[in-house]
Amino acid sequence: MSTSEEFASLPPPPAPARVQPGASVPPTRRAERLLPGGSEWTFELIERYDREIARIAQAYGLETYPNQIEVISAEQMMDAYASHGMPVGYTHWSYGKHYLSTEQTYRRGQMGLAYEIVINSNPCIAYLMEENTLPMQALVIAHACYGHNSFFKGNYLFKTWTHADSIIDYLVFAKRFVAECEQRHGEREVERILDACHALSNLGVDRYKRPNRRSLAQEQARLAEREAYLQRQVNDLWRTLPKAHDDEGDEPARTFPAEPQENILYFIEKHAPLLEPWQRELVRIVRKISQYFYPQRQTQVMNEGWATFWHYTILQTMYDEGLVSDAFMFEVLASHANVLTQPAFNSQRYGGINPYALGFAMFRDIRRMCESPTDEDRRWFPDIAGSDWKKTLDFAMRNFKDESFIAQYLSPKLIRDFRLFCLIDDDAEPTRRIGAIHNDEGYKAVREALSKQYSLAEREPDIQVVSVDLEGDRSLTLHHFQHKRRPLSSDSEQVVKHLAQLWGFTVKLETRTEDGQIIPVHECRVDRGQRGLSGTAATSSLRRMATR
Amino acid sequence: MSEIIDRRANGRRKSAGNQQRFLKRYKAQIREAVARSVTQRKIADTDRGGNITIPARDLNEPNFSLGSGGARERVLPGNETFSTGDTIPRPPGGGAGGGGGKAGDSGEGEDAFTFALTREEFLEFFFEDMELPDLVKTQLAQIPQTKLKRGGYRSDGTPSNLSIVRTMRESLARRIALAAPYRQQLHEVDAQIAAERERLAAASPDAGPLTDDSRPAVDDTALSALLVERERLLGRITRVPFIDEFDLRYNNRVPQPRPISQAVMFCLMDVSGSMDENRKDLAKRFFILLHLFLTRHYERIELVFIRHHTTAAVVDEEGFFHSRESGGTLVSSALELALQTIKDRFPTDQWNIYMAQASDGDNWESDCPRCHELLMKEILPLVQYYCYVEVDSAQPQALWEQFEVARAQVRNLALGRILGRGDVYPVLRELFSRKERMAA
Repeated sequence: MSTSEEFASLPPPPAPARVQPGASVPPTRRAERLLPGGSEWTFELIERYDREIARIAQAYGLETYPNQIEVISAEQMMDAYASHGMPVGYTHWSYGKHYLSTEQTYRRGQMGLAYEIVINSNPCIAYLMEENTLPMQALVIAHACYGHNSFFKGNYLFKTWTHADSIIDYLVFAKRFVAECEQRHGEREVERILDACHALSNLGVDRYKRPNRRSLAQEQARLAEREAYLQRQVNDLWRTLPKAHDDEGDEPARTFPAEPQENILYFIEKHAPLLEPWQRELVRIVRKISQYFYPQRQTQVMNEGWATFWHYTILQTMYDEGLVSDAFMFEVLASHANVLTQPAFNSQRYGGINPYALGFAMFRDIRRMCESPTDEDRRWFPDIAGSDWKKTLDFAMRNFKDESFIAQYLSPKLIRDFRLFCLIDDDAEPTRRIGAIHNDEGYKAVREALSKQYSLAEREPDIQVVSVDLEGDRSLTLHHFQHKRRPLSSDSEQVVKHLAQLWGFTVKLETRTEDGQIIPVHECRVDRGQRGLSGTAATSSLRRMATR
Repeated sequence: MSEIIDRRANGRRKSAGNQQRFLKRYKAQIREAVARSVTQRKIADTDRGGNITIPARDLNEPNFSLGSGGARERVLPGNETFSTGDTIPRPPGGGAGGGGGKAGDSGEGEDAFTFALTREEFLEFFFEDMELPDLVKTQLAQIPQTKLKRGGYRSDGTPSNLSIVRTMRESLARRIALAAPYRQQLHEVDAQIAAERERLAAASPDAGPLTDDSRPAVDDTALSALLVERERLLGRITRVPFIDEFDLRYNNRVPQPRPISQAVMFCLMDVSGSMDENRKDLAKRFFILLHLFLTRHYERIELVFIRHHTTAAVVDEEGFFHSRESGGTLVSSALELALQTIKDRFPTDQWNIYMAQASDGDNWESDCPRCHELLMKEILPLVQYYCYVEVDSAQPQALWEQFEVARAQVRNLALGRILGRGDVYPVLRELFSRKERMAA
């Protein structure tokens, strides 16, 4: 998700946070500086609060894109949910489904809507709900417009993988293009391609190569040229096929691709033999958009932690300066505490580690280590203990993702505070086992395990294109590089079908175990007799193979 | 500097297009779900949107993901009693299970997707099921029309409804009331001024203007104080606002439903053993359609359910559709009961009476003449319209012939045989085409 949906469905409950007295301002002066309070917001008030928040954020050295704050209604918020928060998007049934289910849970009161959504774009667009009270608006402005915003601008993953300047343009282009295709080729055809691409959207990223940027104008100018060129290139690849073996005979068989390809959508876009130019463009659109979302999946703890840290710090500063009243601060802190609830693993409400709680605690902890380090901190973090907290935090925000951030910064104190422990569940063993707990022997192990828990390798299967049978039936083979013997879920059968639709020929999925064995998982054969050359209505028959 | 924009006035339901795609894609499942939901709803509730549940597996969006099994290592918060090396048995049911027995990988378990259809969407699917012609669909889908009628005045409203005369009347009254004490004082002060002037004039009888320096100074401080007071009072009076917010009065208009009349709909059904669930379902659709038609034309509709086998009884909707009795069939018992109910509760000068009867056509041979007589002599003259359907019977049955004979003689009788859902509408077709005449 590109957007961070804030505070959505966290259960109420919470350890009350303490209001620290505004020590720096004597009570008599407080009244003079106080901004207008109350719970009703107006545009003038939002503007005044925003001005103060911006001033404080700047004083703390936060670099942000300019903000575009948009006030929207609950219904519009549900619309925004359905389209991953993006202001424009192409039409697809899955977004409708998303909307309907959001609406359903919202109407039944099972879930509150987010207070805001923020989009990684330049200017940074933040949606505020009209239902929010004034203190909530101030909180979400500090959180989204200065916290998330500075993260989007500073973090290396976002800098590398997303183009904040052009994303909105690109979405407009995508919407228009999809609509045009629907007119020309029919909704069903377009839907078929998009469905297939969506199934593969997590595999549409080059993880190590930075993509180059293009604006809307370039995108359009490129289209015509690309279409012709692409088709030619595809044809080139296949034209070399039927060449008979040279007389020497012992020339090694040409393997294609030369190396395994992890960006499956890119591979399809460039090499699927039967796709038409517009279909390739659709593949490209889904790939581009999923690439835009790629950093979000890897920085949830950091992103939320950073934003929460800053709304807390900024509003606390406003309070210390005497800009806001006790009542204001109580409301802010009540919501703040709500968001940070971390139920224990054996609680009814446990739903995984709360990224807000973990991230916030970590940034606070780094600041603590800078400002008042203990001996333990000096031992564990000699570079951080006693350093300038603003610089240290800024460095952490810019150069890490969740996985490395935790590996680098999770302190023994936090492991104790959260009472983290590590549970090993190996189906080769008769029972589950506690691997490590919060003690001297366990700190490193827990930290390493938690860090891995946030790595993509641990969360998503590693699937790559390994070969195309150029000389034979043009079948495409994928390998699932297995990790810790974890199998694929049953969904993969459907995904292979979708892939076969795009590829146009047989697709095989095999699992490569850690000791190098190769086990077939699924194979989707495409019956060529019934398929027109355009690739329409490929009927596929699926043969399920033994699953190990 | 941030830019702050109010987007609330912008289009809502931006994703309406996406929803349409969704409904289109899952049309078959939704139609089925609507059909299922119709059988569970009360007749009078059909005219409403509602929740629809379709199987979630159909709309799964697959992705490559990891399944359960293999070796997993997880970090959990809130350790209380564990120490390194402790072993914990797996929860029964094997699999991935959570640390505390109910951790969060239950995402796939959902097997139903529930969402809300609006009234229009719901009716659309229902009508499609019934194969209604478009014209009728639009008639039925209409929201009952209302007319705005004057209903006095109110203190809030839109500026365009401002009643100026009323507002000014309020304003005048308020001004009079608020200024009254000052006016009274003003009167008194005026009187004192007059008295003072007289006194001064008397003090210097040959006086010229008072300001003349050559005259001996006269003590006029009291007069000037009075004049100042007079100015103050005038000021107070002018400061009473000419118009104030609570003077405002707006014309109040209340919506009133247009066809202001009431109807009663009798549902008669044979519940003898031969009426199975399928037949009842067809009958129900027939009743629903008639009810929908009536809701478009009458403000208030009463429903009376009469079920019968050899004896008839007035029951509630639940008992009407869901109970089953065995035994023979005496249609005349139901007709008699209906007639009695009309006489007792629904005088024809106040009620439009519609009757709908569903049956599988069985009746005792000897009962038929009695039915014919009741129908022709007593019932048909009282009712607006009588519809009879024979559900799911291969051959026209005894009762059918009776009705055939009757139809030749009167106009307000419709009959039809319903084998499938598409057959329901034609029975009521004439009723729908008579709409204009009825409305007139």
